[in-house]
Amino acid sequence: MPKVAILGAGMTKFMRRSLETGRELCWEAASAALREADMTLDQIECVVMATAPDAFDGVHMKGEYLLDGAGAKGKPYTRVYVGGGSGVFAVIAGWWHVASGAFRNCLVVAEEKMSPTQPHPQGAFNAIYDQFLERPLGVNLLWIFALEMHRYMLTYGIKLETIAGVAVKNKRNAKDHPASQVAGDFTIQQVVEAEVMAYPVTRLMVSPVTDGAVAMVLAGEEQAKKRAGKQVWVEGVGWNLDTSYWTNRDLAYPQYVENAARMAYKMAGITKPREQIHIVEPYDPFAYKELHHLEGLQLADKGQAPKLLEQGFWDRDTTTGIPSSPSGGLLGVGNPIAAAGLAKAAEIYWQLKGEAGPRQIKRQAKRGVAQAWGDLMQVGTVVVLGI
Amino acid sequence: MNGKVAVVGAGFTPLRPLSPEVSFRELIFEAAVRAYQDAGITHQQIDSVVGVAEDFREGTCIFDEYTPDQLGAVQKPVQTVAGDGLQGLATAWMILQAGAAEIVVLEGHSKASNILHPAHIEAMALDPTYVRPHGWNPIFVAGLEMRRYLHQSGNTAAQAARVSVKNKRNALRNPIAAYSAEISVEQALASRPVAEPLTELQVAAPADGAFVFVIAHEKVLPRLKGQPVFVDGIGWTSDTCNLPTRDWARAVYAEKAAQRAYQMAGIRNPSDELDFAEVDDTYAYKELQHLEALGLAPAGQAGKLLEQGVFEREGKFPVNVSGGSLGCGHLHDASPLRGLLEAILQLRGQAGQRQLPKARRGLVCSWRGVPTATGAVVILSGRC
Amino acid sequence: MITDLRGTSLREDDIRSGKVLTTNWHGKIDFAWDAGIAIGQFLHGLKAGKLLGRKCHQCQRVMIPPRMFCERCFRRSDEWVELKDTGRVNTFSVSYVNWDASRRQTPQVPAVIEIDGASPGMGIMHLLGEVGDNVKEVLGRVTVGTPVQAVWKPPEQRQGSITDILYFRPLGNPGTSTRGR
Repeated sequence: MPKVAILGAGMTKFMRRSLETGRELCWEAASAALREADMTLDQIECVVMATAPDAFDGVHMKGEYLLDGAGAKGKPYTRVYVGGGSGVFAVIAGWWHVASGAFRNCLVVAEEKMSPTQPHPQGAFNAIYDQFLERPLGVNLLWIFALEMHRYMLTYGIKLETIAGVAVKNKRNAKDHPASQVAGDFTIQQVVEAEVMAYPVTRLMVSPVTDGAVAMVLAGEEQAKKRAGKQVWVEGVGWNLDTSYWTNRDLAYPQYVENAARMAYKMAGITKPREQIHIVEPYDPFAYKELHHLEGLQLADKGQAPKLLEQGFWDRDTTTGIPSSPSGGLLGVGNPIAAAGLAKAAEIYWQLKGEAGPRQIKRQAKRGVAQAWGDLMQVGTVVVLGI
Repeated sequence: MNGKVAVVGAGFTPLRPLSPEVSFRELIFEAAVRAYQDAGITHQQIDSVVGVAEDFREGTCIFDEYTPDQLGAVQKPVQTVAGDGLQGLATAWMILQAGAAEIVVLEGHSKASNILHPAHIEAMALDPTYVRPHGWNPIFVAGLEMRRYLHQSGNTAAQAARVSVKNKRNALRNPIAAYSAEISVEQALASRPVAEPLTELQVAAPADGAFVFVIAHEKVLPRLKGQPVFVDGIGWTSDTCNLPTRDWARAVYAEKAAQRAYQMAGIRNPSDELDFAEVDDTYAYKELQHLEALGLAPAGQAGKLLEQGVFEREGKFPVNVSGGSLGCGHLHDASPLRGLLEAILQLRGQAGQRQLPKARRGLVCSWRGVPTATGAVVILSGRC
Repeated sequence: MITDLRGTSLREDDIRSGKVLTTNWHGKIDFAWDAGIAIGQFLHGLKAGKLLGRKCHQCQRVMIPPRMFCERCFRRSDEWVELKDTGRVNTFSVSYVNWDASRRQTPQVPAVIEIDGASPGMGIMHLLGEVGDNVKEVLGRVTVGTPVQAVWKPPEQRQGSITDILYFRPLGNPGTSTRGR
């Protein structure tokens, strides 16, 4: 398979409500990525857009509306859409644009402007549920996360206090991230005793509503080899979608994340993930999700990620464990749905290059994984990056 | 490029204005069963799936969720492209060329009948700050474009109306068509004005239906029984949907997409090297505009060539033998899949009453509709 | 990494005070979805006070929600099965938030309930009722595996909707069954 490298990444601040329109957010992120990649737009051969529900921006065929800001005017442009998984999936789509031999490079942009939805962006998610058997119940987004979190906890006997540790870790990590929206120092007690949203989810265990955009430039070997220094390569990609009949599945374990991970690991030649992966950015829209996903990623046995959390195994400055969400993740930096996933992939990229500044992990990392999730507890998207 | 990619299976349902007896799942399942049968595959052999859909047409947030089950593709690499059927085909093509899969399923459908206020949905695609506040039915964009196109190209309103006549008549021979009819140019011109100079009979009416295709890398063809149709070239381009800054007369997106597809396929003279085309005709004038953009008619000449019979079913270069969207029904992003189906049937010699005597290489051209300036072009041939 | 990031953060007050202008739009985003064969029949079943499943003879699963195709075997499913209107709680939550993020005084208790008569793990989402008014009470009354029973609307009020069932309540709760046909 042809090799594909990442030449640069850029992002906007993550904000509750930005003055910038969705197009402008795209432009800021795309220009920053091009600047870092030392490229101009006319050198870009194709563009991939990742943006999740159109309902947020209140624009139908949102991809078309955003393309100007994403630099796609007059170019081959596709919007890939797998819900929350889209941000990491954008890297995968960028990868096949280049690996297919069709293009020599690809600009990947992920954007989300959640703030326009009235009365509250959360309402846009009502329509994720089945229109016949679920929406009439007066559903809301929090239900499905709370149901899954509770199942996970009850299946493995995990305490709320343990899960709260993810929020504490990530919000603290995010203090060093220039984009962050909800960083800070919190105690386990504060997280556990925060307002109950939908038990067992408390307010501090949920990522916020966010406007933001991230972009990345990918290129083939020919272009990458001309660069000085070591390059970060996309070594493996995987994606997997489970059945829409989510009430027929055991929510305690994300099988689709495991499937996506195996697909990516196979491509990357990873046979011992816990030894061969040195840093990980799992999707963390809710505190428990990070643990859930770490298990799906085969980095911990089922039900064991929480114990490892308590042992400091996932801490940013661990030298014996695997730093998880060193960026601060969605819980700390913010959650502009699709853009958040790409921000995670960008974090792995910056970390591998040693450019993560105050967030730089202590242990040496040659290979990292970024993972996103989406749909009805349904899709896993995984990329393995290596230097 | 790493070898060729071929469509080896095609499944579909008839296109109807309403389909109340089946849910979207059941509709797609029917098309999928046909497609896999045609290709000679079991659902277990599917490596990946690409579906095309837009949330607001389905009435569901993150429609991607509801794609795998009826395709038998649960826990597989399945994705949705928020684009049209040919952009979906391009995605499948790239995935196969990259070696990430050997067999990819492509799916597109329409349940347009379930949308109670289609103009409101389509209005949501208009810029929220500069355009939507006018409160106009978005079809005004097509009216503006048609007037400018006719003015700049020199084609006439009557020539545009003739496209409706041709396509609806072609559809009489297509058993899956929803709106076949025998009408006259006068009838088309006199039909209710929608956004002048656009009249009702020049606007493709919505229909429900589903298409599923099985696409494979040529190296696995020996294992499969479906008759392959090869992708010789494919291109897709998005231009700005910003109304104030666009070209109102030319379909520049189609020119660019065609350039890429022709280059890939090694085509220098499309009218000579291709035998037929399925070209977007959401509005009758679009067919003329697209033909000129594709280089299948010199600028300003498409209408005249149409009048001379060149693009008729029995003409020198048949266009929209299937009946196009005007004859078959408009399925939004799934419309080009109807064109793709027709191209496949023609190239396989399976087009029955519509079979063209000369069908070795054909073209399908799509457009995503108002207010977009996005379209794609694919060149297909019956043999490698 | 370029660390001077762009983006202008707004506050609620910026919009309220008119410092920043907005445009608003409200459209008619209405749909009439075709329920189709499987769900159509299921909704009829609800009106008649029954929960219906579909069985696939190949994998032997009895599925709810019913579907005319088995998504695993990729073949037409084979027969309708009338299920019980009891089940066991698979998971549940206690929600103090409405769809628009406003707070509720009394919580809702959404749950996934595995329906008796269907294959193991075959659940549907619905609400629990008569389980308490706060987290502590609910946690005292419900856990994974708690057997529950549907509480139906009286027949004349049923419309062929999932809401023909008001909620599921723990079996053994005092009170008469309201199933009556």
